[in-house]
Amino acid sequence: MNINATLLAQTIMFALFVWFCMKFVWTPIIAALEERKKQIADGLADAERAKHDLDLASKRSAEILREAKEKAGEIVANGDKRASEIVEEAKVQAKVEGDRIIAGAKAEIDQEVFRAKEQLRTQVSAIALAGAGKILGREIDAKAHNDLLDKLVAEI
Amino acid sequence: MSSEAHTSAEYIKHHLQNLTYGQLPDGSWGVAHTVEEAKEMGFWALNLDTFIMSLLLGGIIMLVFRSVAKSVVTGTPGGLQNFCEWAVEFIDSSVRGSFSSKNDMVAPLALTIFFWVFSMNLMDLLPIDYIPLLMTSLGVPFFKVVPSTDPNATFGMAIGVFLLVLYYSVKMKGLGGFVGELTLQPFGKWGMPVNLLLEGVNLIAKPISLALRLFGNMYAGEMIFILIALMGGAWAGFSLGGVTLYGSQVLLSLGWAIFHILIVTLQAFIFMTLTVVYLDMAHQEHH
Repeated sequence: MNINATLLAQTIMFALFVWFCMKFVWTPIIAALEERKKQIADGLADAERAKHDLDLASKRSAEILREAKEKAGEIVANGDKRASEIVEEAKVQAKVEGDRIIAGAKAEIDQEVFRAKEQLRTQVSAIALAGAGKILGREIDAKAHNDLLDKLVAEI
Repeated sequence: MSSEAHTSAEYIKHHLQNLTYGQLPDGSWGVAHTVEEAKEMGFWALNLDTFIMSLLLGGIIMLVFRSVAKSVVTGTPGGLQNFCEWAVEFIDSSVRGSFSSKNDMVAPLALTIFFWVFSMNLMDLLPIDYIPLLMTSLGVPFFKVVPSTDPNATFGMAIGVFLLVLYYSVKMKGLGGFVGELTLQPFGKWGMPVNLLLEGVNLIAKPISLALRLFGNMYAGEMIFILIALMGGAWAGFSLGGVTLYGSQVLLSLGWAIFHILIVTLQAFIFMTLTVVYLDMAHQEHH
């Protein structure tokens, strides 16, 4: 338990340990702690920002959804309108077509009637001639009485 | 007991003697084998046990911290890094609490002091006879395991702190300011001799109290361990008294060791805190 040169050795050792600690221990550990502190703060800030972004995004998506719905409704309405238009047009067209067919048929019928009449008339005139010939007892010259016959036919 | 042949006084003396290397009476250099030889060596001798143990302990602590500092990650820390981070943060916050100026050296200084002193004190909890017994069987005459029971170690550190106090006093206040602080208060310039006496004592008391407090506490603790160990040493066969003494040694050693854990930590903390406070005072003008 004597005071001796150990004293100096201890002082020097102490200084060296402090120097070592300051240079190689304290600085890197404190730097890491600071770095982690910063990372955590950044992480929290990021989370906050992400939350904000999420809010915005959900708002925006709701808006887009609403717009899409509106547009879809519009399209459906347009489609309905167009369909009824088409139906109307088709109706009109069918009516026109029908009328045309009816008119054609009528004309044909008229023509047919006319032709039948014509035939009938010629046959009637022949019959009349034959009848008259029998009645008169002689042959009527078809040529001489043609105009008379024609008049008769026209009357029939 | 290192040997049955020892008397109690020899046992105590043996336990309190450092392994001293120096000039032997015959002029050659070597290790002192008796207490008297060690005393004769004078100042230029080295307490090998104190030196080796403190170097070893300080080295281990620095290497542990260094290994963490080298591989330090900012992500999730592992077990050892966790401990070191806790230590660094604990020291950092207690330095912030008592040191108001800005100095990057104080916190590492405090860390070194706390863990170095703590580990040196902790050696006190090793069973008191084991290492001296081992060393004796290896042919080493003395070995004191607890460096902080050697005043050389505590004064060595206290002198280091004192030099820092002087350095920062002069650096912060200038040589004039520091001298003025020593001579011009509390009684003004006409009371200069009295001022110098008072402030000088105040200044010198810092390293001395620092060193003696640690030394005294650890030395007394060691002494009590030695005295408790003597009880079991009085063992003399299976008599009622012998068994009682032996049992008391076990119980008392246990009790004192548990109590000593507190002292070990507390003394390291006090040494650290006072160092920081002294350095803080050195940084500030006081009025």
